[in-house]
Amino acid sequence: MSDVAERVKKIVVEHLGVDADKVVESANFIDDLGADSLDTVELVMAFEEEFGVEIPDDQAETIVTVGDAVKFLEKASADK
Amino acid sequence: MFDLTGRSALVTGASGGLGGAIARALHAQGAVVALSGTRREALEALAAELGDRVHVTPCDLSDPAAVERLVPAAEAALGALDVLVNNAGVTRDNLFMRMKDAEWDTVLAINLTAAFRLSRAALKGMMKRRFGRIINITSIVGVTGNPGQGNYAAAKAGMIGMSKALAAEVASRGITVNCIAPGFIASPMTDALSDKQREQILASVPMGRLGSGADIGAAAAWLASPEAAYVTGQTLHVNGGMAMI
Repeated sequence: MSDVAERVKKIVVEHLGVDADKVVESANFIDDLGADSLDTVELVMAFEEEFGVEIPDDQAETIVTVGDAVKFLEKASADK
Repeated sequence: MFDLTGRSALVTGASGGLGGAIARALHAQGAVVALSGTRREALEALAAELGDRVHVTPCDLSDPAAVERLVPAAEAALGALDVLVNNAGVTRDNLFMRMKDAEWDTVLAINLTAAFRLSRAALKGMMKRRFGRIINITSIVGVTGNPGQGNYAAAKAGMIGMSKALAAEVASRGITVNCIAPGFIASPMTDALSDKQREQILASVPMGRLGSGADIGAAAAWLASPEAAYVTGQTLHVNGGMAMI
């Protein structure tokens, strides 16, 4: 697992209070991890802080699974 | 009770009588306050009166770009923003049939849209800290209506609906959103009334007097305090019994 994926996983576990083994790439924040829509906004804020990037609203809407977040943040970190 | 030590607050319209009174009340309870308004001299004068724990952050709320800058500026000055008081407001009274689009637009922009934008900006920090108080100063007119104030009544009623929707969204994060609806409050505007006009107004107020800024400030201090943590989505009417809702 990449460094980005590890950091994403840690944030998701902390914020949603879910078991780490449930935080897999295909896990949907809302359907699989029990997040509500406000939780997803908070996750995006936490990702922004952790990775020092800005995630515009239209991009944030496309991040619905753990894998989406990892992919976006790997790219954003590489572009920095 | 109602101790605000260690809390920071931004009050818009603080160069006016009501906003100044609200800022004084929050400050008296121990809060650090940022004073916003269009008239810098009036803000500086109030800041000088309050002494320490005060910052001046002028803003013209009719300018959307300036509105977007206000919360970041206040957060920079205060360190964090715990309490946002959307108090600034303007009137452009006219009979409905004569009301110009510009009169409508100005009142909606400053009284309602600016409150929306400032609240949206303030929420980010409040969500992170799991604490926030948004206090919107509406008006009795937003609930009862008033001839000649179609625009103002719409904006103030809009504020109440907006507050309820937002209150429901963020309650789980320790953020409360409430309105205060003043009735007739003594101000330079009411000072200019004739004795006869004043009598007519007072006849409709069971308490038999106009409200003071301090009456509204006290309500704001309570809503901002830890003691009001379980109160959200409400409109607190402070009107001497003029309308009992």
